[in-house]
Amino acid sequence: MSNSTQIGTEQMNTDQDNIVIRINQMHKWYGQFHVLKDINLDVTRGEKIVICGPSGSGKSTMIRCINRLEEHQKGDIIVDGTELTNDLKNIEAVRREVGMVFQHFNLFPHLTVLENCTLAPIWVRKTPRLEAEEIAMQYLERVKIPDQANKFPGQLSGGQQQRVAIARSLCMKPRIMLFDEPTSALDPEMIKEVLDVMIELASEGITMLCVTHEMGFAKTVADRVIFMDGGEIIEENVPQEFFDNPQHERTKLFLSQILNH
Amino acid sequence: MEKNNLSATGSTMKPDYVIGEHPDLPPPSNTIGPIAWIRDNLLSSPANIVMTILSIFFLYKILPPSLDWMFFDAAFVGEDRNACRAVADGACWAFISERFKLFTYGFYPIENRWRVDLSFVLLVIAVIPILFDKTPFRKYGLWFAMVFPFIAGWLLVGGFGLDPVPTEKFGGFMLTLVVGITGIAFSLPLGILLALGRQSNLPIIKVFCVSFIEFIRGVPLITLLFVASTMLSYFLPPGTNFDLLLRVLIMVTLFSAGYMAEVIRGGLQAIPKGQFEASDAMGLKYWPSMRLIVLPQALKISIPGIVNTFIGLYKDTTLVIIIGLLDPLGIGRASLSDTKWTGLSNEVYLFVALFFFVSCFAMSRYSLYLENKLQTEHRR
Ligand SMILES: Nc1ncnc2c1ncn2[C@@H]1O[C@H](COP(=O)(O)OP(=O)(O)OP(=O)(O)O)[C@@H](O)[C@H]1O
Ligand SMILES: [Mg+2]
Repeated sequence: MSNSTQIGTEQMNTDQDNIVIRINQMHKWYGQFHVLKDINLDVTRGEKIVICGPSGSGKSTMIRCINRLEEHQKGDIIVDGTELTNDLKNIEAVRREVGMVFQHFNLFPHLTVLENCTLAPIWVRKTPRLEAEEIAMQYLERVKIPDQANKFPGQLSGGQQQRVAIARSLCMKPRIMLFDEPTSALDPEMIKEVLDVMIELASEGITMLCVTHEMGFAKTVADRVIFMDGGEIIEENVPQEFFDNPQHERTKLFLSQILNH
Repeated sequence: MEKNNLSATGSTMKPDYVIGEHPDLPPPSNTIGPIAWIRDNLLSSPANIVMTILSIFFLYKILPPSLDWMFFDAAFVGEDRNACRAVADGACWAFISERFKLFTYGFYPIENRWRVDLSFVLLVIAVIPILFDKTPFRKYGLWFAMVFPFIAGWLLVGGFGLDPVPTEKFGGFMLTLVVGITGIAFSLPLGILLALGRQSNLPIIKVFCVSFIEFIRGVPLITLLFVASTMLSYFLPPGTNFDLLLRVLIMVTLFSAGYMAEVIRGGLQAIPKGQFEASDAMGLKYWPSMRLIVLPQALKISIPGIVNTFIGLYKDTTLVIIIGLLDPLGIGRASLSDTKWTGLSNEVYLFVALFFFVSCFAMSRYSLYLENKLQTEHRR
């Protein structure tokens, strides 16, 4: 940020600047239930992170804390220099920069595909309608469904809907994309079309956090794989090491289950 | 075995078409057409046959005498009841035609009735763009609809250059339309606000909305109307002249807003959580998110309930008779005491019923049309 004269601080500053998400000793409870325990995670700009773990381990809850769909009760989450507190201004600022893709797409059924994509740019970013439509068409082309622009979500296949959901998030030009099991509601033949879009996206330098059980995707794309269980981050490593040489017993068990079934 | 069978039948029944190119044939004649319809719908089982016969008998007993009374044996002109009876035994519609203006305008001054007519024409112009989204120049139409209540209020009540007409002179269909349409127009937005308030995270707003809705639902409309006509004057500073019709309008609106809120709350609850999450995740603020995403879906689901509430409100306008305002029913009852026309209550009530039926049936049809339209548009 500041052009410091001292080389040491400058070095430190660029390091700091490169961290887009910092989660520090974060805890979360649902009532009495301690769902996230002492989460520490720094994500550098452009990093692709895959999060996996058994059902109920808190993966969704963790990434939903990053855009404050869930509130944490202890510790800090700093996204792109903005700390997430109860301040609505901060929350809105973070949400503008963070796109999210859901397991069940969550497209707006009463709006056409194009309207789904232009809604947030027009109402949140105040982009003029024509410009927003142009951008939306660009992204719909990138996810390879420009010809469906005027249909309603209900008329598309699951894979197409999820690609629309990805395009819809991208239209806000987010710096960070969160994916919560984007392919697990899809039939096998549609998984590939969605993963292809995500792989292409990954090659473009956007920061990605992706909860998924698609280990092939993790191997191709991830810079780091994070394994969660019981609300804790148990293990994290580069994919090669993570899959070939898991350290923790629970990781080994999980991997053997998921790879052998 | 099978092969043998096939060749055995094959030799006698050689297909007269090329395999894979079977022509499209019409269905067998006994499965379509009026005969088939009658058989399927009227005579499909013994119980059904009995019901059909009973219905035909019933219609035969009811229909001809009613038609006779209403049309063929009815008198359409005449000075008074005796003149009617002299020409026909059936209905005496002469009574209705003589009182038609009274039924329409109430006691609105004759020389100013053009203002009522004009308001009605403007009403139609204002309502069409709201109801049909293909109306040409719809945007301007909607703007006009926004200012219409003020124009109509000015035309009907007067002042600012027009002769003032006291609202006690309002009556008949015109009164029904004024109360009904004001209630409909204001109870929907108010109901939406109450429904949203009931779901609010802010305790004060929530408690206020819940108590308001529960109060309204716990008290009969008649009570509220009595409150409107008498009690309010105790609370208001003495000497303030708070128009009776205005009080009624406020009470009727509040009353149906309470019901409306519950209908819309049902719609809001049917919206999947994912819709709220998606709009939050995009950074939409509360009001845009409600207006653009949640309400369009919630209102669509609630259409039948909303129209139901509208129809209820519209018919409840007849209750204003209790506090001395003369709606068509009131006019009818008043007319019946005229000695020239004694004993014609059938005619009067049938006529008033017809008026309400036409209005309510139109609303009901429109709601079906709207549901169908939205259904095919969004095709889930
Ligand atoms: N709103 C809630 N209230 C109470 N408990 C909840 C709530 N949401 C989630 N939980 C619990 O928190 C735990 C973590 O849930 P989470 O959805 O984060 O798991 P997950 O790792 O995403 O699992 P999955 O792979 O099944 O999606 C689970 O035990 C779940 O039952
Ligand atoms: Mg999950």
